[in-house]
Amino acid sequence: MINKKVANVVEALKGVESGMTLMLGGFGLCGIPENAIAELVRLGITDITCISNNAGVDDFGLGLLLQNHQIKKMISSYVGENDEFERQMLSGELEVELTPQGTLAEKCRAAQAGFPAFYTPAGYGTEVAEGKETREFDGKMYVLEPAYKADFSFVKAWKGDEAGNLIFKGTARNFNPCMCGAATITVAEVEELLPAGSLDPNQIHIPGIFVQRIFQGKHYEKRIEQRTVRPKEHVG
Amino acid sequence: MLDKNGIAKRIAKEVKDGYYVNLGIGIPTLVANFVRNDIEVEFQSENGVLGMGPFPFEGEEDADTINAGKQTITTLPGASFFDSAVSFGMIRGKHVDLTILGAMEVAENGDIANWKIPGRMVKGMGGAMDLVASAENIIVAMMHTNKAGQSKLLKRCTLPLTGVGCVKKIVTNMAVLEVKHHTFHLLERAPGVSVADIKKATEGKLVVEGNIPEMVV
Repeated sequence: MINKKVANVVEALKGVESGMTLMLGGFGLCGIPENAIAELVRLGITDITCISNNAGVDDFGLGLLLQNHQIKKMISSYVGENDEFERQMLSGELEVELTPQGTLAEKCRAAQAGFPAFYTPAGYGTEVAEGKETREFDGKMYVLEPAYKADFSFVKAWKGDEAGNLIFKGTARNFNPCMCGAATITVAEVEELLPAGSLDPNQIHIPGIFVQRIFQGKHYEKRIEQRTVRPKEHVG
Repeated sequence: MLDKNGIAKRIAKEVKDGYYVNLGIGIPTLVANFVRNDIEVEFQSENGVLGMGPFPFEGEEDADTINAGKQTITTLPGASFFDSAVSFGMIRGKHVDLTILGAMEVAENGDIANWKIPGRMVKGMGGAMDLVASAENIIVAMMHTNKAGQSKLLKRCTLPLTGVGCVKKIVTNMAVLEVKHHTFHLLERAPGVSVADIKKATEGKLVVEGNIPEMVV
């Protein structure tokens, strides 16, 4: 067993520097690497390029890095729900690259799987395709999209073992698996870190080969953005 | 004239037994409430779930189980979770049978604009560009005119596009229309709405053939 376990978040983020490109998993606030984000805030590194589907809310998730003016550029598909983001974007402090969600996922997966680029129909004929190579296949037009290049990728899983194997829960899976192995160093934080052999190899979502460092996460807040419920039906 | 629920109710009739359906935010979300319960349909949410159920009971919400609108949801028997690349693989690979989404503008050539208004804060396209570029069966749910009373069914979209030549069917508060041969073809009228009303509210080329029936909602 090749042991990927590191003692804590401080050790897990060793080597992260200003000016780097970072991938961060999560959809909205669901499945975000809360511990890694807190440590990035503490480190105070700046001029970060973040590849993340969303940009958090004002006081949580990537919003914490925005408040601190640590992010130079955001690459996302949807960035609503964040006033500070809007302010920085409109004032020109923050550079924003909007990418169709499926393209964003695939650009991560392509990096993971060794594809330099791929053709997708998404965005053809729109401003997203401006300046990009296009090509026709079977009468339909496609846009060439390159794979991302990142220095670190920060993902969050439900369970993991010391070998770096990961299991995700519910829709907290989202972009996390696509970002594993898509950067030079992948750091996984988990709700439950177990000894190798504890997880059933049949149930592993991401094999440890895609993960360089794994650590036991702490104090997950798991904030809900839109709490939608229905009243309990009372019987009798 | 239909209200938002009326539009959703009419669109629900387009949902067939055995369909995998992706619902956008807004009116499309309401469609789930009106789908016949004697057919088997699975709802996909692009953040990574198939087999979405209703909202959870109070106290049973789970931060790890949400839809693409970031709302807490439940799953039904047979549901599955998957990552974002697989999710859009389902969409791009045309495995999802029907996509229902909203629009700010639709043009007679099938172009759609629904993500950006110049001069206003841009929130992003989310999964809309992937959905419209890939799905073969797209229904647009929208009001026929904007708040200023101007037509949203145009000769050419004026707003930045989400996709080109992709819309096949539109259900508005006034009518059901099909987009083909670079024209809007009127299929049904909403209750109490005349063909003349629809003509007046449609800027793009409208084809009216024969007697146009009133919608059954």
